Amino acid sequence: MTTTAPYEPRRATRDTSDSYLGGVASGLARHLGLPVLWVRVAFVVSAALGGLGAAFYAGLWMVLPTDDKFNRAAPGLEAASRDGRRPGAVRRFVDVGPMIALAALGIGIVLAFETTFGRGALFWPVVIGIGGVVLIWRQADEAQRERWLDTTGRIDPLRALVGRGTWASYARLFAGGLLILTAFAVFAFRTGQLGAAREILVAGLLGVVGLAIAIGPWVFRLASDLADERAERVRSQERADVAAHLHDSVLQTLALIQKNAHDAPTVARLARAQERDLRTWLFEEHSIDGTHLASALRGLAAEVEAGRQVVVEVVTVGDLTLTEAYAPLLRATREAVTNAAKHAGTGKVDVYAEVSPQAVEVFVKDRGVGFDPATIAADRHGVRGSIIDRMERHGGTAEVRSTPGEGTEVVLRMPVQEEKQ
Amino acid sequence: MTTVVIVDDHAMFRAGVRAELGTDVDVVAEAEDVDTAIAAISAHRPEVVLLDVHLPGGGGVEVMRRLGPTDTKFLALSVSDAAEDVIGTIRGGARGYVTKTITGPELVDAIRRVADGDAVFSPRLAGFVLDAFAGSIEVAAVDEDLDRLTEREREVMRLIARGYAYKEVAKELFISIKTVETHMSSVLRKLQLSSRHELTRWASDRRLL
Repeated sequence: MTTTAPYEPRRATRDTSDSYLGGVASGLARHLGLPVLWVRVAFVVSAALGGLGAAFYAGLWMVLPTDDKFNRAAPGLEAASRDGRRPGAVRRFVDVGPMIALAALGIGIVLAFETTFGRGALFWPVVIGIGGVVLIWRQADEAQRERWLDTTGRIDPLRALVGRGTWASYARLFAGGLLILTAFAVFAFRTGQLGAAREILVAGLLGVVGLAIAIGPWVFRLASDLADERAERVRSQERADVAAHLHDSVLQTLALIQKNAHDAPTVARLARAQERDLRTWLFEEHSIDGTHLASALRGLAAEVEAGRQVVVEVVTVGDLTLTEAYAPLLRATREAVTNAAKHAGTGKVDVYAEVSPQAVEVFVKDRGVGFDPATIAADRHGVRGSIIDRMERHGGTAEVRSTPGEGTEVVLRMPVQEEKQ
Repeated sequence: MTTVVIVDDHAMFRAGVRAELGTDVDVVAEAEDVDTAIAAISAHRPEVVLLDVHLPGGGGVEVMRRLGPTDTKFLALSVSDAAEDVIGTIRGGARGYVTKTITGPELVDAIRRVADGDAVFSPRLAGFVLDAFAGSIEVAAVDEDLDRLTEREREVMRLIARGYAYKEVAKELFISIKTVETHMSSVLRKLQLSSRHELTRWASDRRLL
């Protein structure tokens, strides 16, 4: 954690990747740091005993935003997703065991409650009605998610309801409506006032239709205005982003390439640097700000590449926040990479870093001319002083393995410092 | 000669690869999206398909999913270094992954390996694999054979990630190249079949599952 970052309140969201209904329970569990099963059980139990849980759940469902909105990938990946060049997220239905257990638990509690206290006339209609409302809300979530993925920016009132109109969305709407109607019917039968119930239903429907006719056009216009505004804002932001980035880096590189057209190595170097830059911008979510080991190594590789005619491949496994204690490791790595770039003569250096709970290891390898390690002690001050001695002074180890004609590998090892971030 | 179909949505890139492969392999067709790829692969039955990870119509994974079981081998080729896309393509059935900056001779070599049924791991893919299986050594559940890499497989992956060629890996570990290839295939199989908790969570964090 950096101390300079402005305070940002942690917002609870609904977790749409792990949801049975609205993702409220899993989102809440994540927010509160509780096991999700506890939260689910709490909701089920309190819903069954008097319905508080259901009301609470419904309230949170309404007010909590989904996490989809906050899920930002790198721009290149998002663009690829929007164009359908990446596979979309697949919903998984493998883990229904806890769901069934929870449902059984809920029904059990309801039945026990009923046999103990007797049933009110309102009970089952309310339960069925809630089921219907839940289904329809669930569909609204699906439709909302699709709207975010949709780049046309238009809000079609029908699509706001059914999304892309798969059979599942219609089925959910239909089943939801049917359940609500059933709730009315059950209520009517229970109270024995079929006529009264029918009249209430008809009056209610007429009221809804009347309202729709009266304010429908207004709502529709409002929605389309909103959609237009949103689309325009998104478009202009995207244009600004892309233009700024292209101007900053790509155009400059192109200008440099034109100037150096006669000089093949320089052109290759410029193209390589630009490629690295664009790749980072498009596909990598982490920045190269140098606060973490992986980003620092990438930055270091970019610098060496910029200065010399060489390609430095960086692969990292695991990562950690950099502290002052790792500075010698980075300096030794830089020295090793620079040596390889200078002396190997192959134009390619592989850097591999692995962070394990015990130690950070960095391997710098080239397949160049190599040398006999026995002869370096005296005359190659760079290796002795700035790599081996430096690492050993700071509690690490360094090893240089080289065979003439086959290349060189420098192995740097630094124990992980105890303080956990 | 190995028959190859190149699938990529950039015509310029396809032309570039074709030129680089030269006469070492037989490029029988090109395709630019999922539908044309399926048509071309069904028509020509190539030994190897060079498959772009990002492809109009749902990505390279979609091509493999819709073709179903086939004798054709897939080698993923991508400019995107996004771990989730690369691992997703491997789990979808590709036998290897190389980046588009690979040199011509290296690409020809990778195609040959894939055609022979071997796996092709670039240093970057080896890094992703180690990341995906990270911490598996400490996991107590030993019975799930698929859910962890053996110590030997990890060593091989680490050497690949460090930039060692197969030959150098074999020499370093005092094993034959054949054994190295066996380890690679077994890692590939684990990557594709494993349902290990960490890998699943890793994948679902990245919305692969």
